Amino acid sequence: MYFRHLDPARAAPAPAELSRREFLKLTTLAGSGLTLGVLLPGCAPGAHSGAQGSTAQGPLVQTFLRIEPDSTVTVICKHVEAGQGVYTGLPAIVAEELDAAWSQMRVESAPARVPEYGNLAFDPKGSVQGTGGSSAVANSWMQLRQAGATARAMLVAAAARLWSVPAAEIKVSEGVVAHASGRRASFGELAAAAATEPVPPQVSLKDPASFRLIGATAARLPRLDARAKSSGTQQFAIDVMLPDMMTAVVMRPPRFGATVASFDAARARAVDGVVEVVQIPRGVAVVARDMYSAKKGREALVVSWDESAAEKRGTAQLLKEYHALARGSEALKVSEAGDAQGQLRHAAHRIEAQFEFPYLAHAPMEPLTAVCRLSPDGAEIWAGCQFQTFDQMAAARQLGLKPEQVIIHTLAAGGTFGRRANPESDYISEVTSIVKATGGKYPVRLIWTREDDITGGKYRPLNVHHVSCGIGRDGAVIYSQRVVGQSILGGTAFAAMLKDGIDPSAVEGNAPEQYDFEHTHVSWSNPKVGVPVLWWRSVGHTHMAFSKEVMVDELAQAAGQDPVAFRLAHLTKHPRHAAVLRLAAAKAGWDQPFAGGKGRGRGVAVHESFGSVVAQIAEVTVSGDTISVDRVVCAVDCGTAVTPDVVRAQMQGGIGYGLSAALHGRITLTDGHVDQTNFHQYQVLRLNEMPKVIEVHILPSDNAPSGVGEPGTPPIAPAVANAVRAASGVRLRTLPFDLAAARREHA
Amino acid sequence: MPVKLTVNGEAHELDVAPDMPLLWALRDHLKLTGTKFGCGMALCGACTVHIDGAATRSCITPVAAVAGRSVTTIEGLGGAAGKAVQEAWVSLDVPQCGYCQSGQIMSAAALLAGNPHPSDADIDTAMSGNICRCATYVRIRAAIHQAAGTLPAGAPAAQG
Repeated sequence: MYFRHLDPARAAPAPAELSRREFLKLTTLAGSGLTLGVLLPGCAPGAHSGAQGSTAQGPLVQTFLRIEPDSTVTVICKHVEAGQGVYTGLPAIVAEELDAAWSQMRVESAPARVPEYGNLAFDPKGSVQGTGGSSAVANSWMQLRQAGATARAMLVAAAARLWSVPAAEIKVSEGVVAHASGRRASFGELAAAAATEPVPPQVSLKDPASFRLIGATAARLPRLDARAKSSGTQQFAIDVMLPDMMTAVVMRPPRFGATVASFDAARARAVDGVVEVVQIPRGVAVVARDMYSAKKGREALVVSWDESAAEKRGTAQLLKEYHALARGSEALKVSEAGDAQGQLRHAAHRIEAQFEFPYLAHAPMEPLTAVCRLSPDGAEIWAGCQFQTFDQMAAARQLGLKPEQVIIHTLAAGGTFGRRANPESDYISEVTSIVKATGGKYPVRLIWTREDDITGGKYRPLNVHHVSCGIGRDGAVIYSQRVVGQSILGGTAFAAMLKDGIDPSAVEGNAPEQYDFEHTHVSWSNPKVGVPVLWWRSVGHTHMAFSKEVMVDELAQAAGQDPVAFRLAHLTKHPRHAAVLRLAAAKAGWDQPFAGGKGRGRGVAVHESFGSVVAQIAEVTVSGDTISVDRVVCAVDCGTAVTPDVVRAQMQGGIGYGLSAALHGRITLTDGHVDQTNFHQYQVLRLNEMPKVIEVHILPSDNAPSGVGEPGTPPIAPAVANAVRAASGVRLRTLPFDLAAARREHA
Repeated sequence: MPVKLTVNGEAHELDVAPDMPLLWALRDHLKLTGTKFGCGMALCGACTVHIDGAATRSCITPVAAVAGRSVTTIEGLGGAAGKAVQEAWVSLDVPQCGYCQSGQIMSAAALLAGNPHPSDADIDTAMSGNICRCATYVRIRAAIHQAAGTLPAGAPAAQG
């Protein structure tokens, strides 16, 4: 996702303005047992030094961590764990500064509460809690280092007091506090005493040179969630079982923008197990005692829809209109340098290209699911929430509560890729509106079927790019691009991020941002379409990186230069790009002739997103109209690699996710109806298509950590397209790749 | 009429519609939630269980079809192959979001129980019905090879 400067005014009522009194009340409501300290938004965590920790057996409790008498250190994670490894990465940061042993680390989900659990990358005041923009580790970095160092200092102070030795003589290592005199204590033995120490106003953080748990060359820290996720015991929202809970499915409009005109629930109500059928703002809900009954009830439900305001265009019509917009003059200028139009007329080499990118569904393996129950004080929600603050506000609006009366239990999410973070909180609003419509008589579990998921909108936007580029007689690169695609941020709480009407997430990662080209012009058209769109793993970079890296490859060929050498020559102002490109090229043996044989080729791409730069070299085999990706060499600069094996996993997974879109991903519409319903039509990458070899090389760095959840995705599709062109001469400019169609088009 | 079946060695009588998919009988009525719903059409493998030892998609298997048969879910997975797979999964940090992993593990355990030392092609055949959207496929393949390495050569491994 793309967030830089969120306007909290649009997210009213602004939770940042909750008073301290309300915090304490919320704490009581949450019943979490945590005692929260005074917090300044976005600042170091406060520590509690009150009565609760002063007993001999008590824990040391802070906002972000808790040290129990049994020496376990529990990190309170403000971000959802959706596979990206945050349940391992955040504890690693704390363990490093605390000098804990990895085996004593635990993790649990934070309550939904701002500003203390707000995402500082969205807004430095912490007014919104949420996970996105590959920001979890980056925005927690200093916060959790300070939390760990503060707790460490308090443990040391307690030991110094108890042992009557100077604090400076005390050492902490692997969870043991020790003094040269031979005195030793575990964290647990000191926790209660440490809790009575004053919170140091300032603590010094480690020199990165002395990191022992984190960094590019650190040993693998086992994931804290691996065992639960290898034994079926990890709890997801779909696994929540509450007494008397009912299960609901929702019949939603067949076209986007349609609404319920009327419905006949007689047959649905007659289905064994169906309890109620109720209308909600987004459709008609069938509530039943189990999922099977709910589904059968929905099949028997008859709904008439008012489609007067519905989107009725199909993909073919939209593409026609998008190409017309790409050629037309109705566009906003994103950036301009030099004289692209003038130089193109006299260019030594000139390339014109048109690209098409389809709508894409996220299709996380756990379909959208949420459980809601009314309580005497408000309501509780269980879900893999990615946007707790928005979800809390949406639930409160539906239920007539204050946001602080809505307790959110953030559970592990069965994937999200952006889908569970949407400003209107679609699935949370649905479950709360069902609870409201059924009078709160019972807890409700809402489950989306896979068909609901694939046809439910919130897609990566359809995009058309027209590029005119070339090389001038003086060797200067000329690059002009028109991007046509719906705005994701416009009309949402994020609308304030639009600058001069331009949605930065629509054009992020464009060529002038990433190469030092001399003459550039980028413009954007925002078609009005009724298909709901959303950020999809790496957002605008999903399409912008593709046209950029494919065009750069063709420019290199036009210039008669090697693709890596050509890129390096135009990356003099982008040293991080150049460094990862050199690293990937060296590891892939790029300077050696490619011993490919017939139908084999290799291609390269480099792209920066979410603060990280990734280069990938793909080796492919083209056999008939089939593309096999055999090997990918990936180099990444993500600043400090907190948990390098998670970085490797995210690069592997990001490559797989991008490859899925390159080879298969496509949502199309016919007369406004989505054509795909399940994985037989919306095909995704399977194990037999995954490259057998993916090498990930992490550039050592002392810089602050930057994103890893998304940056692995953008480069793979262009790297493969460039490899296919090297192997077969066919230019792939439409996604997903269709070699036969591309051959016909470019014959 | 109640359906009688054995799940993880325990006999159960379920008073549900005979055409209810085994998946929902396990999850909603026996509260065995380790088996996951992913597609409802046997396209993704998240719901994989063993029926008399064979990997089966529970989302399209009517509960009546397993009357009198033995069902094993992730909660009851045992045997040398099952344990080897789970340990390899942990030791290589295979899971990301983890949602598909019960199904992946059940498919992998069934593969190794019948073929303790599978080739890459064998793994492709056995595992391509299990979708992982996190695409941790490289580690799934590696973990199956690692698990195979811990099993005795030759005889198929016993399975729980």
